[in-house]
Formats: sequence, structure tokens, C-alpha cells
Amino acid sequence: MGWAIALHGGAGVPLSMPPENRLPREAGLRHCLDVGIAALKSHMHALDVVELVVRELENFPHFNAGKGSVLNTLGTVEMEASIMDGKTKKCGAVSGLTTVVNPISLARLVMDKTPHIYLAFHGAEAFAREQGVETADPTHFITPENIERLQQAKEANRVQIDYTQPMPREAKKNAAIANGDSQTGTVGCVAVDSEGNLASATSTGGLVNKMVGRIGDSPIIGAGTYANHLCAVSATGRGEAILRGTVARDVAALMEFKGLSLKEAAAYPVDQAPPGTVGLVAVSSTGEVTMPFNTPGMFRACATEDGYSEISIWDSPIKVSN
Amino acid sequence: MGGWAIAVHGGAGVDPNLPKERQEEGMRLLGRCVDVGISALRSNIPAIDVVELVVRELETDPLFNSGRGSVLTENGTVEMEAIIMDGPKRRCGAVSGLTTVKNPISLARLVMDKSPHSYLAFSGAEEFAEKQGVELVDNEYFITENNVAMLKLAKEANSIVFDYRIPAPGTVGCAVVDKEGRCAAATSTGGLMNKMRGRIGDSPLIGCGTYACELCGVSCTGEGEAIIRSTLAREVAAVMEYKGLNLHEAVDFVIRNRLDEGKAGLIALSKKGEVACGFNTTGMFRGCATEDGFMEVGIW
Repeated sequence: MGWAIALHGGAGVPLSMPPENRLPREAGLRHCLDVGIAALKSHMHALDVVELVVRELENFPHFNAGKGSVLNTLGTVEMEASIMDGKTKKCGAVSGLTTVVNPISLARLVMDKTPHIYLAFHGAEAFAREQGVETADPTHFITPENIERLQQAKEANRVQIDYTQPMPREAKKNAAIANGDSQTGTVGCVAVDSEGNLASATSTGGLVNKMVGRIGDSPIIGAGTYANHLCAVSATGRGEAILRGTVARDVAALMEFKGLSLKEAAAYPVDQAPPGTVGLVAVSSTGEVTMPFNTPGMFRACATEDGYSEISIWDSPIKVSN
Repeated sequence: MGGWAIAVHGGAGVDPNLPKERQEEGMRLLGRCVDVGISALRSNIPAIDVVELVVRELETDPLFNSGRGSVLTENGTVEMEAIIMDGPKRRCGAVSGLTTVKNPISLARLVMDKSPHSYLAFSGAEEFAEKQGVELVDNEYFITENNVAMLKLAKEANSIVFDYRIPAPGTVGCAVVDKEGRCAAATSTGGLMNKMRGRIGDSPLIGCGTYACELCGVSCTGEGEAIIRSTLAREVAAVMEYKGLNLHEAVDFVIRNRLDEGKAGLIALSKKGEVACGFNTTGMFRGCATEDGFMEVGIW
């Protein structure tokens, strides 16, 4: 029992990464974990905790969310996010944001301040202005690494996340050089507070070189994000696999309908997905944590009330294939 | 058991005082769509093509809330969304925020078949439509007098309409299993009357309003919020898969236990050729048929 928190900065990390890329991300994970731990220790509600932590992850330019989001095929940013409260099952989601500094907070406002669950594109931007949330010029979100990633993706002439297609050798080389960053970033946080309330939040810039208007799994309740009275889940990886597998929902469904433990339930959809496509973080109402992935690595961190904490990138406990 | 089956719906939550002619009109349209589906299935057209075909019929007819006849946003315009899902590999295509595409479900199909993605929305989706050369029309084409009048009423009542006092037409959907046991599902809608611009509902969200897998195909309609929170369509398949319930038990379980105070309905069928529908609303426009000759169209 007790509180627990887990967060991720994206699955699909290549097997090696130069220190100049690895260290800032580790530092980011540590910072965000600390923020979450402090919040839980001060009895903040799980829903507020996940929002807070994801805001931090969004502000961190090395993860694919908020500032640092990958670029679509036009070289602009289109961000999306979703949040869910396990107790009430209320949820909020946004897509197609271009100026909102913290998409997860706009998703929260959609949940709290509108009769709807999901607002997108011009409607979502208009709502953001009405609500007076912090906005910035679209260029605020764009980082040099992402400009480079887009260029490489265009040269390789493919959406940069297709593990199943054989890559032309030069493209493979380029991708490896692409500062070894997570090719399938997304950020997310799940938490259970000391009252047993569960919540989940996920935020992303999506896929490098994606078509304008493309929506992925992150804002889809049941796919990238889910929380109920049993567990809270946030997934990352290849959008198609997570959508088809309704990954986040399935973890909870397996616990409920098959009586699996959190660990078993979380491992199942990850195992079932094609290798190299899915990772997730999940916590249960009883304070357990699990972070399975079938990619070479996943930026992740977790902590539980009994004092355990962890920050990791590789070392998957589940089978991995390249 | 076995053999093909088809189910269609035209929305859950029907005004008990809906004039007889409207009721009959709705049932006739559904009957016609079921017939279209039956002919297609008899000529061995795969499930994924049948659901698209049938939903196109429903979108083209202005009676229900999809394509032409879609309800209006708070601005008096139409923003449509749709999704199609292919059971065997659980591939899907979804679209939202369409304003000029005559048949949203066909664009959803193209997203699934011709793009590297599963879901495109708003201007990106419209651009894709143009590139694909699908039929485009002015936004006015979709707007009907009926819906203009209803929007006015809704604004006066200052409500988003899921309110029986202001009967609004329903989302449409179709689920099919063909002779090979392949399931498919498709849903199409204009969303909620007087909705905020940019609002996306449950229909195009995989696992929420629509779902198809090896075991079954499901299409839901009703209160979008309730359907999303309960991931209603996936739930039917999940209890079949993980709890071993059969289709009817699954539909029953889900409608009884998953909706809390929410109001919704769904049609579902299984790879074995069974058909089921469930709703906790007052009525749901629906029709279905199975290979052994059973056919039914109803509301209450």
C-alpha cells in the first residue's frame, strides 16, 4: 500500500547513446521524479500529480512533448495529450496544438471546464485562448535536434518509426547518428496517492515527419492513457500498435476480468505487440509499479512510498528484439 | 451458427413522441441499408467493404446524423467524423473535423489503406481528401433545415443536445461478419448538436465508439462521454476474450455494468454469425439480418 509513481520519456531508445544525449535525459527524469515524489508526499491528489509531472516533462526540451516535440512534414509542431482520473473515470484530451505551452493542462481544462472530452486543432486553440492558458509562438517548441531529425526522416523518405521495414543502409546510419534519441518519444506519468486515487497522463509531439493532422495513440483514452479503480497506465511506442492493442485499457481489463496481477497484466499487451513497438508504465491501487517494454530501451523512472526509486533507460525484463 | 450477419444502427436515445412518419422513415432507411448489406454479403464481398458500403448509404441519406444531415456545431457548420476497423488484423482508419468530404467513411477507409497513419483530422484530413481525389462538396450540402431549426432550439435552451426534449438524430454505424468469419465495424457522425468547434466524440476513437477484432465487431451510439469513459466497444470484446462470455452475455454485461449514469447503445456481432444489440436509452434505431434468413428492424 502507499503512494507510487512512474513516469516515462518514451520507448524505442537505441542500444547505445553518447553521454551528451543520455545525461540530460537522465537528469530530466530525475528532476521530474523528484517533483512527483514531493507532490505525493505533500498529499497532492494523483490527478494533480500526474498533470504537474507531465508539465515538467513537456517543458524539458529533450523529450518529445511540449517544447522539444518532433516536427510534422511541414516542419511545424502539432501536440496532443490526454489525462484520466481513475476514480471518476473523467478524462480530457487535446490534439493539434501549435501554441499551447502545456498541452496536458489544456487537456485537464477540457475535462474540467467543458461538457466535452476531446478538443482538437482550431477549436482547441480557440479554447486555449478563452481559458487564458500560457501560449507561445510556434517556434518556441522547435529545437535544432528536431529540425535535424525531420531532415533525416525526409532523406530516408519515411515516417521515422517503422521498425518492420528494412532501412536502406545510409538511412540506418543516419538514424543511428540522429543523436541516438528516442525515436518514439512521448511522455507520461501515472500515480496512485495515499488515498488510493489513480490517475494517468500522456503527452506528445507525435511522429517525426507525420502528415499534418495525424493523430496518434497518446490522446486516445484506452490506447495511450487509461485509469480506473484498479490501475493507471500510460503507453508509448508505435502509435498503430498501441491503438490496435488498446494497450492501456487492456492492462486494466486483464486485471479485472482475468484476475492478473499488475505486472502480469502489463506484460501481456507488451508481449503481444510486435517487437520493438510498445512500452508502458503502470501503477496499481495497492502501490505496485511496473514498467515493461519490448523496445531496446525506454526512458523511465519510478518511486514508491517505502523508499524505493529507480531511473532507467535499458535493462528490459521482457524479451527484446531488434 | 456460422454464416454472415449484419447489424446497423441509426442512433440511441429516441424521443418517445417522435412522429410515426419519422419512425417509419427511419426504419425504412435501415431496412434498405440492411438489404444493401445482404446483397453484398451474398455476393461474397468482404466484411470491410460491406460496412463501408452500408455506411455510405446512411451518410448520403439526410435522415440520420452523419454525412448529409449531420447535426451542427455552435457556429452552424458541420464537422464530421468517422472510423472503419478491420477485425482480422485490427487495422483501422479514422477521420475527424471534415467539412467538405461527401462520404467521411470512405476517407476513413483511405486513411487505413493509403496513408501510413490511422487517424487524420481537420485541415490535414481535408488535404489528404483532396490528394486522394474523393468527392468534395460545400459545407452547405450537409446542412438540413431540420438541423438548423434544432440548433436554434438548442441555443435557446442553452444546451448541448443529448436531451430528449430536443430530439436530435443519431450517429450511424454498421457491423458485419462475412462468410469467412471476418468481422468489421464502421461508425460515422456529425457529433453533438451545438458542440464546440473542434470537439471530437467517441465515434472515431478506436475502442470507444467502434471496435473490431478476430472475435467481434461493435459500433456504439449515445452519450459520447459515457462511451469514452467506459471504452464501450473494446469492453464487449474484452469480456468475450478475457472472461469467456459469449456475444449476448458480453453485450448485456457491458450495457448493464459499464455505463453508470451514462446513456448509450450498441450493435455487435461475432465471428460465429451471432448478432446482438443492447441499449439503456429509450430506444435505438437498428436493423439486423443473419444468413439463416432472420431479419429485424426496430426502435424500441
